[in-house]
Formats: sequence, structure tokens, C-alpha cells
Amino acid sequence: MADSGGTDEHDKKDDVERSKSEGKELTKEEKQRLRKEKKQQKKHKEKKDDKASQESGKENKSASSAAAAPQLPTQTVKAPSAVPAPAPVFVPASSEAPASADKPTKTKAELKAERRARQEAERASKQGKKGDPGQQAASGKLKAPPSELQPVVKRLPEHIQVDNPEVLKKLAKKLERQQIPLRSDYGYKVSLFSHLHQYSRKAPLTQQLSIPSTVIHPAVVRLGLQYSQGIVAGSNARSVALLHAFKQVIRDYTTPPNEELSRDLVNKLKPYISFLNQCRPLSASMGNAIKFVKKEISNIPTQCKEEEAKSKILNCIEWYINDKIILAAKAIAASAIEKISDEDVILVYGCSSLVNHILFEAFEKRRKFRVIVVDSRPRLEGREALRRLVQRGISCTYVLISAVSYILPEVSKVFLGAHALLANGYVMSRVGTSQIALVAKAFNVPVLVCCETYKFCERVQTDSFVSNELDDPDDLIVTRKGKTHLENWQEVPSLGLLNLVYDVTPPDFVDLVITELGMIPCTSVPVVLRVKNVDQ
Amino acid sequence: MPGPNKETDLTERVEAFLSDLKRGGSGTGPLRGSAETARETTELLRRITAQARWSSAGDLMEIIHKEGRRMTAAQPSETTVGNMIRRVLKIIREEYARSRGSSEEADQQESLHKLLTSGGLGEETFRQHFAHLKANVIEAIKELLTELEGTTEYIAIQALEHIHSNEVIMTIGRSRTVEAFLKDAARKRKFHVIVAECAPFCQGHEMATGLSTAGIETTVITDAAIFAVMSRVNKVIIGTQTVLANGGLRAVNGTHTLALAAKHHSTPLIVCAPMFKLSPQFPNEEDTFHKFVSPHEVLPFTEGEILSKVNVHCPVFDYVPPELITLFISNIGGHAPSYIYRLMSELYHPEDHEL
Repeated sequence: MADSGGTDEHDKKDDVERSKSEGKELTKEEKQRLRKEKKQQKKHKEKKDDKASQESGKENKSASSAAAAPQLPTQTVKAPSAVPAPAPVFVPASSEAPASADKPTKTKAELKAERRARQEAERASKQGKKGDPGQQAASGKLKAPPSELQPVVKRLPEHIQVDNPEVLKKLAKKLERQQIPLRSDYGYKVSLFSHLHQYSRKAPLTQQLSIPSTVIHPAVVRLGLQYSQGIVAGSNARSVALLHAFKQVIRDYTTPPNEELSRDLVNKLKPYISFLNQCRPLSASMGNAIKFVKKEISNIPTQCKEEEAKSKILNCIEWYINDKIILAAKAIAASAIEKISDEDVILVYGCSSLVNHILFEAFEKRRKFRVIVVDSRPRLEGREALRRLVQRGISCTYVLISAVSYILPEVSKVFLGAHALLANGYVMSRVGTSQIALVAKAFNVPVLVCCETYKFCERVQTDSFVSNELDDPDDLIVTRKGKTHLENWQEVPSLGLLNLVYDVTPPDFVDLVITELGMIPCTSVPVVLRVKNVDQ
Repeated sequence: MPGPNKETDLTERVEAFLSDLKRGGSGTGPLRGSAETARETTELLRRITAQARWSSAGDLMEIIHKEGRRMTAAQPSETTVGNMIRRVLKIIREEYARSRGSSEEADQQESLHKLLTSGGLGEETFRQHFAHLKANVIEAIKELLTELEGTTEYIAIQALEHIHSNEVIMTIGRSRTVEAFLKDAARKRKFHVIVAECAPFCQGHEMATGLSTAGIETTVITDAAIFAVMSRVNKVIIGTQTVLANGGLRAVNGTHTLALAAKHHSTPLIVCAPMFKLSPQFPNEEDTFHKFVSPHEVLPFTEGEILSKVNVHCPVFDYVPPELITLFISNIGGHAPSYIYRLMSELYHPEDHEL
């Protein structure tokens, strides 16, 4: 493998040199080849980790000296990677046997070694970009402290850079390459939110797709339509639907000849994810689920047969759904029920599947309580929760969010669901949640947030502006007594409608977060994230 | 015969006014604004003064007391009616005192002295007859009417003192006073207004269209987004239905949440309220304070299967405690909430607090 790789690298190196001398950027094929090589190297590296940690000291020096020389010429190649300088430090245990083995003074072998070292450096720098703590932990304790303090350079997601024309152009090119139509924004956007997309529900992306679509699997097309029309809503529902669609995709997948399942399948999934992102921006829970699926797929060993590999991946996905969502809900319900006593008056907002589950379980266990459901325009999700609760026989009261300060003196506890928990302790949830938490705090009513750990995300955010979702502004229009005041809002130039979907609740309003790992305060979220990362 | 005709005419008008009040206060927002109610009440009182038969101030006050009780009973939430009645009663007392020759200033200062020396305020019976009392009272009521007509203008004139350019102002629901206030400021300054729509009646929509046609940059948000957006807001300017005696407000529902959010972000909360909205009531138990309307607004009858099994509340008003308010702007200038009790003692006589 090494030899064939060597000859390929040789040709590729010539290409690279040629294009560099011509001052052109590497073509797409060359870039893809480079990436494939890097991935292969990464797999080699993981297999030789034990040996590597022993040789760390020696190899570091040799690798860095080898990497230093080709460092300069590879500057242009590494333009996208932003941390070339610390790369040599990172080459750590990674440059192991191959580099030392190729040390002998054969010109071809020397070149091979240099190339490999260079690629290690590039890969390592890419690792540094992603801030992968798992790898660093494996490479020995000495390396652990500097890696944790490494600046993590993340690329900003596209969907919060709508006001940047370059980003939009890049996105358009990427979508063209993947043959996915670009969805256009709708209506006048409030100036505070010009960095976000605003789509209209009446113009779904699927109208611009050709039938039959050869690029996108029909299950994914259906899912995208369900997302954009709001038929599948709520973070748990969306994640589960996504995973089921992926399972369908994987079942129907066949590896093309000369391709590896682990790499090709991940590449196949990328346009689907772009498509779903265009239909409706991905939620944090969906992002974590996708990361998990991609990791599982890329960890499939190359010698695995296709059927075996596919069933392995399907089982993994099943396990994920079962463990992270279903069993987690049971565990959370078990701890939350301890917090519900008899004669309680519980306030819930909107329709959270987890909170509803908790209430059903508590009712089964013969706790006597009544529920107040608070709802808000324009989604009016609370009515769905109300129907489900009334069906079970729980006594309910229903109000709109503007009446919450009237009803709060009667309430003993507030249970809220979450869309995501951010690393600085803020709770991202349906718009209106922070308001309820605020008023509850003013009346000294305890606020409990229920959230599974798979919704924890590493982002930090302090306000509801920088990263949010804008829903269809036409939803705000309502006809009362035969008059629709906002009917022609598009024609009035200085009038804008704002339909936010999410908001962030500061941690001082939240008294307790109930997760399947236990009951934690809001500020312990980064601890949980760290524990999870080390586990993985 | 002019006499009985005038009387029947008068009773007809009073009855018409009462039925109007009963119908108009259905909670979907006043069909007529508070200013109009105040003006109509004062007009009616002027007619009563002119056409009813009375010989002394005491008689007139009794008649007005009686009519006043009926009017307030017709629509208890419409407090401007009661306020105007108390104003007119105060006017009568003042005119009587003036006719008698004693100044009312001395009266107020000596009240404590009187209390101690004369053993009670039962002395003043208002039974003396003065020839010009009627004319004076009617004159004073006319002045009151002119004052009422100019309130919105006087408040709007103060707009430029409080709004600077490129500000983001937030408001909730629909208030004619605030609309005039903002439109006046927009003539000279450029700023942005965010209107919370205030479900379920969504009066914010009308406000937004009104402001945007005047060229003001307006954004409509849902009630749920009030806290989310509050961090970018520089000032909150609201109107109110009533200003209570302790400086608190009885305003449209959702205002308490707005006030709490403003307090959390340390954003000043400014209330534009003309003087006729000042009421000598204190906020007492929550239940007597509130007014509810049909739950159909909240949960429509189309949700029939569950409608019978749930309780649905649709309160119209919210109480906002005075600690959350920064400033009151009225037609006589700006005041802090702690000054309201003093204004009240100037407008109303303590004996008229209970009609």
C-alpha cells in the first residue's frame, strides 16, 4: 500500500509543483486526492498509536526537521489552514515508523519521507484546527496541556453569514456542484437580522428540483419537505426522522467499484445534508447526530464486506436513537418525577416531547397535579400539548404568553424543554422561554429545564441575535373582525415583520437542568461536554 | 313644554351613554379611545349641570354622585368616567368655596387644624345658594373640556426631549397617545420602533401600520420575542389604561412582562398618560382588579373536543408595580412615579374617592 501510495504521491507532487509554479490553485481533483491521502494517513496513524507514544520524543525532532524544510514551499497549498506554525509541535507521535524507516539516503525514499512528513504536518494542522482533544489525549500526557489551550479556529457556519456576499457565492458554487437548488430569501428583513436567512413557506425547495431527482434520495427529499412545511417539528422529532432517513439511504446504498465504503458514503451524505440545510437550518441535535453517523461510517475498517459494514452502521444508528433519545427520556422522567409532588401546579410552555413524557409518567404514578399550558403566536404549539394532556386525563389550564404574569402566582413549578444547551450555560429554546423564565424568577417560582445530553453543543452565545432562525414573516398576519391590518406589509417600505424561532435563556434564570446523567446546574454543561468527548 | 322635554332629553342622553359604555367595553380594545370617553362624560356632566334642577351645590353634587355611580357601574373597567366625575365634583367644591369667599389653598392647609378643632369635616354642607354658581361651574367645566382636547398635543410636544436619533424604541399594543408622541418626534429625528403585537387582540398591528405610514421604521414582533429583542432596545414607551394612586399601572396584558424585561436590561420605561387617566384607586386583591373576556379569543370553538375539559383564561389587563416605571409623561410635564400621589390630591378631593 505504501509503495503504490508512494508512486501516486510522486505524480501528485509533480502536479502540485507544477500548479504552484504556475501560480494556480490546486484543481478540485488534486485537492480531493490530497484529502484522501490525508485520511489514509490518519488511519495508519491510529493503528500505530501505541508504538508512536513510545517514540514520541525522538520522532518529534526528526519529523520537525523534515517538516521544516518543505514547510515553506507548501505555504500556498496550506492557504486554508490557519495554523501552520504550531504544526511541527503537533506532528508529535504521529510521524512514526514510516518517517524513520525512510531515513536511508535513497533519493526516492527521501522524497517519500519528506512528502509523508509534509502530509503529516498538514493533517496535524488540520487536527489542530478541529481541536480534536481525543487524539491529543491518546498521544501522551506530555502533549495534553498545550493541546487544550490551542486556539480552536472554527469556520463560521454559512447560515449566519448571509450578509457576506463572498460566503453566499461560495455556497452557491458548492450547491451547484452538488446539484442542489439554492433557496432564495423572502421579504424585507429587519436590519438587526440581515445576517440570517428568511424563507417563505410557500416556496419550498422541492419545487425547484427536477423529478426524478437523481442526486438526492427520495427519503431525504420527503424529509426536507416535511421540515420546511413544519410537519416534522421539535428537535427530538427532527433528529429521529433524520436518522431514519439516513438508515433508508444506507440500506439502498451500494458501493461503486474502486471506492471505499467508508469514504464514499460520507461523501454521498454531504449533498443530502446541504439539501436539508437549505430546507430548514439544522438544529444542534441534528448536528450532533450527523457527526456521530459520519464518525461511525469513517471508522468502518476497509476490509469489511459491504453487507457487514451496512448492518454495522444501521445497528449503530439504532443504538444511538435508543440510547440517547428513548432511554434518556426514561431516565430523565425517573429523576423528574421526584420533583413533582402532590397538589403541584406545573407550568409548561409550548410542546416539548420530553416534558410531555415526564408529565405522562408522573400521572401514571398517581401524582396529583394540574398543568398550565402557555402558548404563543404564531406557532401555537401549546394546543398540541394541550390535546395530548387532556387525552390522558390531566386537568389543564390554557393561556397565552401575555397572560403569564396573571397566572404565575398560582404556579408552583415551571418545566421547560430545550432545543440545545450551550457551552456557556445558556439554554437555547423556543422563543418565549426566556420570557417565562424571567417572569417566574420575578415571582420566585423554580424553573427546571429538561434536556438530553445529545443536545449539548459546544457553541457559545450570549444573545438571541447572532445565531437564530427566521421563520416565514407572513405567519404574523392575522384577520380579526374581518380586518387584516398587515395584509400589505410588503408594500409599505418601512414596515418589517419579525418571526423569531429561538431565544437564549441566561443561566441565572434556570434553577436546575435534568439530564440522564443526573440533575446538574446550568453551568455544568461544559463539564458534561468534556466528559463526553473524553469518552469518545 | 321646555322643562319636561329637557329632562327627558337629558335622561335619554344619559341612558344612551350608559348603554354605549356597556357595549363598548368588550375588551377588544375600546371602540372609542379613553379621551373620547372622558370628553363625552364631561359633556354629559355639563348638560346635567345646565339642565337638571338644583338649588345649591350640595344638591348638584348629589345628582352627580348618583349619575356617577350608575355610570361607573355600567363599565367598571372604564375608569376615565369615574375620574371625570371626581374632577367635576372637585370643580364644584372649588367654585363653591370661591363664591363663599374663602380660598381653597387656606382650606387645604387648615384642614388638619379644622380636624382637631371642629371635630370632623361634617361642617361643610354646601347648602348655601349662590346666584352665579351655575354659570361659574359651567365655565369651569368648559375649561376642563378644552384641557381634555389638548392633552395629546401637550404630550406629543415633549417628544423631542426624550427621543434622540438612531434610537430603538419598543412599545406594546395600541395607544393613541404614544402614536402621536412618536409621530411628533419622527418629524425631526430618525429612529426605529419595535411593536409587540399583544395577542390575542393584536392591536399592535394597527399601531405598526399607523407608524409605518408616517415613515417610521417599524418592526412587528410577537409577544414571545419581547425578552429576546429587549437587549437592543434603548427605551420602552408605553401607554396605559389607568394610572393608579400608588404610581402603578393598569395596562394591557403583556405589559408586566415588558416592564420586567426592561428592568432586567436596565432600559428606561416611559409611560405616556394624560392626567384624566389618573385614578384614586389603589390596587387591591388581584381578582377584583382584573377583567376577563371570552376565552374564544384564546382557544377558538373549533377546538371543540378539548374546550370543555380545560380552563381558559383571557385577562385584559395587567398590573405593573411602580418600581418598574421610570417616568410618567403627562400633559402637565414629566413626573416620577413617587409624585403621583401628590398630583392626585390636587385633582380630586378625598371625600370623592368613593363615589
